[in-house]
Amino acid sequence: MSDESVLPLARPMIGVSGKTGSWRLQRPLYDSSKCIKCRLCWLYCPDSTIDINEGSADFITINYDYCKGCGICSNVCPTKAITMAPEG
Amino acid sequence: MGVALKTLTGNYAVATAVKLARVNVISAYPITPQTTIVEKLAEMVELGELKADMIRVESEHSALAAVYGAASGGARAFTATSSHGLLYMHEMLWWVAGSRIPVVMAVVTRTIGPPWNIWTDHSDVMDQRDTGWLITFTENNQETLDETIKLFRITEDERVFLPGIVTLDAFILSHTTEPVDVPDQSLVDAFLPPRKQPYVFRAGEPIIMGNIPRDLKWNMMMREDIDKAMERAKKVIEEADLLWGKLVGRRYGGLTECYRCEDAKHFIIGVGAWVGDMREAVDYLREKLGLRVGLIKIRYFRPFPREDIIKWLNNAMSAVVFDRSVSPSAGGPIFVEVLASLASAGVRTPVRGVIAGLAGVDVTPEDIANAVLTSVSEAEELGTFKQSVLWFYGGE
Ligand code: SF4
Ligand code: SF4
Repeated sequence: MSDESVLPLARPMIGVSGKTGSWRLQRPLYDSSKCIKCRLCWLYCPDSTIDINEGSADFITINYDYCKGCGICSNVCPTKAITMAPEG
Repeated sequence: MGVALKTLTGNYAVATAVKLARVNVISAYPITPQTTIVEKLAEMVELGELKADMIRVESEHSALAAVYGAASGGARAFTATSSHGLLYMHEMLWWVAGSRIPVVMAVVTRTIGPPWNIWTDHSDVMDQRDTGWLITFTENNQETLDETIKLFRITEDERVFLPGIVTLDAFILSHTTEPVDVPDQSLVDAFLPPRKQPYVFRAGEPIIMGNIPRDLKWNMMMREDIDKAMERAKKVIEEADLLWGKLVGRRYGGLTECYRCEDAKHFIIGVGAWVGDMREAVDYLREKLGLRVGLIKIRYFRPFPREDIIKWLNNAMSAVVFDRSVSPSAGGPIFVEVLASLASAGVRTPVRGVIAGLAGVDVTPEDIANAVLTSVSEAEELGTFKQSVLWFYGGE
């Protein structure tokens, strides 16, 4: 990067804005028995809070520290392996 | 000496320059009178003469977005547009400049509607003057070709890192054929170093551009940095003119050229194709009427040549600024900036702003000479102008 310019750049970091999962009204619940490993939830999650676990019984893990409960993963899941439940 | 004389329209001169600059990515949407620039480039790509990707898009907003994306990824990228197309792109101009990504765009200046009109005036490009793009006006097809090539070097200089616009007047240059010296590829390669830019987006190296900063002062500092880079560009433009002059034997001056200014007491100021007509007017006023008139051709409107204007007008008796666009109730933009430059240095030379040639209304060398003659007589008699802004239709 250049030393001459003041640039509108940032490096992405985990949790730079705090634990955004505290906003969540609905919690995505994953049922691995229905999962066909298509990765759509991983691709569509706007906060990148879904990790893929290659070769494990649970193909995905949802990080509830940062999942904001938007429901997009549940909406795109072709087999309804992710459902939304109200937070307590 | 490594050049070949060809007959080219202004639009083909731009396309030839873009090819010589070895551009990697081109994207554009057709609009008269720009269309033949990218048509020609598409043909060059199709024939394998230019190894570049041509991205077809559904609008000018997308054209600049595509070019911006490619340039962010490290490509030398180009687009061209006119008039309403440029206005549709306007938001993306801010994004490109704000991200400090060098890009070159040709603007074939054309009137903005309503009513519909395809002829030249400078309203479209003047509407971009606060975006942070360099803006150069060209007088003939040779200068259009030369300045397009230079703009790649200037915008990619680390002291600048801003995008740039090269303008040519609709039809008067864009569709008029003139003899143009086309430099050898080897000369252009010697002039243009490999592309530089402040950062490159690469897969696997995540960076975020444009996030809200924690402290809003950083945001303001980025605007100030664009202002400083624009000031630094003045020197870079002069260096490019010098180097290009050494390679091809043509120099234009840096931000301005002063024609017959040595002993001038009265000055004409203008930009773009009608500067050619202004030269004729100066010759006529000097040779037939014995008036000591000089012409300041503004080659770069951004950065604005404040220092040159002050230097030439410091001891002048009067100046007449011709604007081919207007900011209603404020006068022509060049007029306003000339006045501001003089005021910043305490220079009190009387300046008249003439608004003419809007909507493509023809203005001849005789019209220009008449308008200047009236102003010169008034300034000599009164030492001031009774009316500072004049709407001038010519032909009387
Ligand atoms: S609910 Fe929204 S934020 Fe949470 S994992 Fe699903 S897509 Fe991501
Ligand atoms: S979208 Fe559904 S099926 Fe596809 S990987 Fe995610 S949870 Fe499994």
